[in-house]
Amino acid sequence: MVQAEQALKVKSSGRFWRRLKLLTESPIGLAGAVLVLFWVFVAIFAPWLAPYDPNANNYEALADPLPNDMFLLGTDNQGRDILSRIIWGSRTVLIVAPIATFCAYVVGCTLGLLSGYYRGWVDAVISRLTDILLSFPAIVLYILIIMRLGPSAINVIVAVIFVASPQIIRIVRGITLEQRELDYVTAAKMRGESAIYIMLVEILPNTRGPLIVDSCLRMGYTTIQIGVLGFLGLGLPPPDPDWGGMVQETYGMMSTWPHMSLYPAIAISSLVVGFSLLADGLREISLRD
Amino acid sequence: MTNPASLRQTATVARPILELHDVKISYVTRAGRIDVVPALNFSLAKGEALGLVGESGCGKSTVAYAIMKYLGGAGRITNGQILFNGQDMARMSEDELRRIRGSKLAMVYQDPMSSLNPTMRIGRQLEEVPMLHMKVSREEARQRAIKLLGEVNLSDPEMIMERYPHQLSGGQQQRVVIAMALMAEPDLLVMDEPTTGLDVTVEAAVLDLVAQLRHKHDTAIIFISHNLGTVLRVCDRVGVMYFGELVEEGPIREVFANPRHPYTRGLLDSIPTMGADKHSRRLSPIAGQVPSALARPVGCGFAARCSFCEPAACTTAPIPTLPIPGEAHHEAKCVRLAELPPHRRFQVVQGEAISETAKTGENVLTIDHLYKIYRPSGTIFDSKPAEVRALTDIELTAERGRTLAIVGESGCGKSSLAKVLTGIEVATQGKVKLIDWEIGHIPVEKRSQAQKKSIQMVFQNPDSTLNPSHTVGFAIRRALQRLRGITASQAKTQAAELLRLVNLPMEFVNRRPRQLSGGQKQRVAIARALAGDPALIIADEPVSALDVSVQAAIINLLIDLQEKRDATLVFISHDLSVVRFLADHVAVMYLGRVVEYGTVEQVYAPPYHPYTEALLSAAPVAEVGKERDRIILEGSIPSATKLIPGCPFASRCPRKLGAVCDDQPPPEHVTQQGHRIACHIPLEDLAKLNTRAAE
Repeated sequence: MVQAEQALKVKSSGRFWRRLKLLTESPIGLAGAVLVLFWVFVAIFAPWLAPYDPNANNYEALADPLPNDMFLLGTDNQGRDILSRIIWGSRTVLIVAPIATFCAYVVGCTLGLLSGYYRGWVDAVISRLTDILLSFPAIVLYILIIMRLGPSAINVIVAVIFVASPQIIRIVRGITLEQRELDYVTAAKMRGESAIYIMLVEILPNTRGPLIVDSCLRMGYTTIQIGVLGFLGLGLPPPDPDWGGMVQETYGMMSTWPHMSLYPAIAISSLVVGFSLLADGLREISLRD
Repeated sequence: MTNPASLRQTATVARPILELHDVKISYVTRAGRIDVVPALNFSLAKGEALGLVGESGCGKSTVAYAIMKYLGGAGRITNGQILFNGQDMARMSEDELRRIRGSKLAMVYQDPMSSLNPTMRIGRQLEEVPMLHMKVSREEARQRAIKLLGEVNLSDPEMIMERYPHQLSGGQQQRVVIAMALMAEPDLLVMDEPTTGLDVTVEAAVLDLVAQLRHKHDTAIIFISHNLGTVLRVCDRVGVMYFGELVEEGPIREVFANPRHPYTRGLLDSIPTMGADKHSRRLSPIAGQVPSALARPVGCGFAARCSFCEPAACTTAPIPTLPIPGEAHHEAKCVRLAELPPHRRFQVVQGEAISETAKTGENVLTIDHLYKIYRPSGTIFDSKPAEVRALTDIELTAERGRTLAIVGESGCGKSSLAKVLTGIEVATQGKVKLIDWEIGHIPVEKRSQAQKKSIQMVFQNPDSTLNPSHTVGFAIRRALQRLRGITASQAKTQAAELLRLVNLPMEFVNRRPRQLSGGQKQRVAIARALAGDPALIIADEPVSALDVSVQAAIINLLIDLQEKRDATLVFISHDLSVVRFLADHVAVMYLGRVVEYGTVEQVYAPPYHPYTEALLSAAPVAEVGKERDRIILEGSIPSATKLIPGCPFASRCPRKLGAVCDDQPPPEHVTQQGHRIACHIPLEDLAKLNTRAAE
């Protein structure tokens, strides 16, 4: 959140693609982009990359689950190939995290724009609601929502919307409050533009600078949170591979077979670090301009 | 005389306080090394004041920061020497520099709040300086601080010492900063646009103060400004900077009266001279803009914009700085110096006037007893907050095809009036009639298409007037589609027409605001305002954020467009010379009221309202021999939440009669020619006011 707030101060300037090109000048950002793109690649080509069926049990491997020539990262407590499960598991996270973040953005931008543009009682209602949601520790909120709705991909997305959108509302509201006072908004009012047009066409594009940085960070958070939900058994129902679930199923054997939980944990952190570095790189570039 | 000690003594006395020898300043950027200042030479004697003028981007501030050695991470001095009191500043250690800054060398910035610590009382901030540099006791420092606050004309210094910066007005803050700069009796004071953010009357007071203090403390001053008039008030010498080079330097009166370099001439010609108006001549802007320092040409940097340029002579070899024959210490960097025709500054086209709009007398805008009172909604702490009386009993009219100027300092209600006219706010009471409609009480969302179309606005800040996310073409096309109700393809051709009308090339349709200069952005904003072919254009300080050279071009554009389109212009400004040039009628506002109204000739000549008189006397004039006796207004504008029973100007009026001014509302003198002045002083007495202030 601190990083997101710093990003808020960054004036939006330049276009997304120009920035992406500029990314090559920020080694940190480039490293982040490489990490993220690596996992995107893995997720897309999972059927070709994964050596085995992720849910196939190999009973012979149960005797010796350690990594060997056949199973490069070893097998888990049910004799399933960890490499294949990590490869397939990347799909879960890379589908659920972007969709969840995107949905949180739709909700967050809509309410943030309304709140900042109309102010008054609209702002009061929206702001108090976000305050209430923000006052819950995120993990408590997740557990409450998933316990109530039951574990499924859709419900994970719903939970992410509830947790992430209040923060997005705050960012968008802040920028909108500032932008609505600028002369170009007055000019739009004077030619008779509707409030919806002003919010979506005039103001929204100018929030993109901070939001692009924030979205990268938020993907990282969401990845962690999906992992945590999986670990708590509130993620996707078994047996589909899910990085957090993989850690949860095997962490009891940490002392004897550390590889079972270590490799999925590394997968989670590398993706999260990738998103964070990408966000850092983007912020560095936007500050430089 | 042979005593070496005494010899050294005389040598140091004669030595200039500051010498720059071939100073080259470069910035290291991603695009490579940029030499923003190629080779700068000048020196400054003790107690001398040198003005540095030029357009923005010419390197004035860079020079100031180089002298302070504050160039930041990317900037460095790559060649030459800066000698301060004969010592090479490049050889000084950080420690030595720190000792010099503040004690021997002080700087005053444009924004006073950036030099004051908002969490510390003024007193403590001032005391720090001598305690640190002169090692005096707190009590001694305190006495000195109080004395200096008195010297910068702040009444009740002891009270000011106890205040925090945000409790002072902008003018007071700037005086505190000047006092702070003088605390350790510096030998050199660098002032970077010290009065740019201030109102004219406050500016006049600060400038007078700087001039006084300089003589009193014998401080040398480098005074940077884009406003030639302010420089003339403070400095003995002036250096005109263009593209990082000093193109002309000399005694200020000689340079301004007889400018030699085409750039200096261009700058001076861009400003409307007092007494000139749009019917007698157009302003002469300088074409083009300051080029990028990435590609420095071989010859004269100004060649591309110079009307006297002769490529063979000007662009082939480096240009030497030549002395002007017959004038001591006056130099200019121009090879064609001897061939240039003599400069005539105040040329008024004789005979037939350029234009004379037909007097229709038809009123496009009639404002009748207009009031705007803001009633802030209560909070839990304060259920009945004070009302803000932004506009009180405004009566004005604007004729078709004419310009009504509204002048006054910040807080006088100019912008509130614009907001009511445009429908961003609605009137509390009274009428605003536009053509046939009563629009004072209709917010902009509820106005009809025809009403919206008829009234458009040009804003002050070129950076916020256009949406940074949209292209120029999009902005203009959208306005055309909304206001004229035409199709996208029609809008495309008409947008091209509008761009041509504001003298911008067609390629600009695909540009985004950040790719445009301030003047270009303002042209696009004007094109956008013209999209609906409005009957009334409200221009809120449209040129005050622009360089004089660009300002002239925009003013010319406004005049031309007004003639072509027969549009009425409400021109809000604090710049009295621009108003004199552009306006037909002038309303002078103070604290939400119109204190004087009349044609431009009436307002700029006696009888004046005492406030108009003070404003006119305060306006800086860049003409030698036309400087005026200044009337310094004390105090600041009273709060708009107070209900003032008498004359609003009574608390600051230098010609106040007595209790009657405080207690009774002033009567309005109306002459047969329609000149209105609201003042207790009889019209005959007002007519005897200093006539020099006018011309």
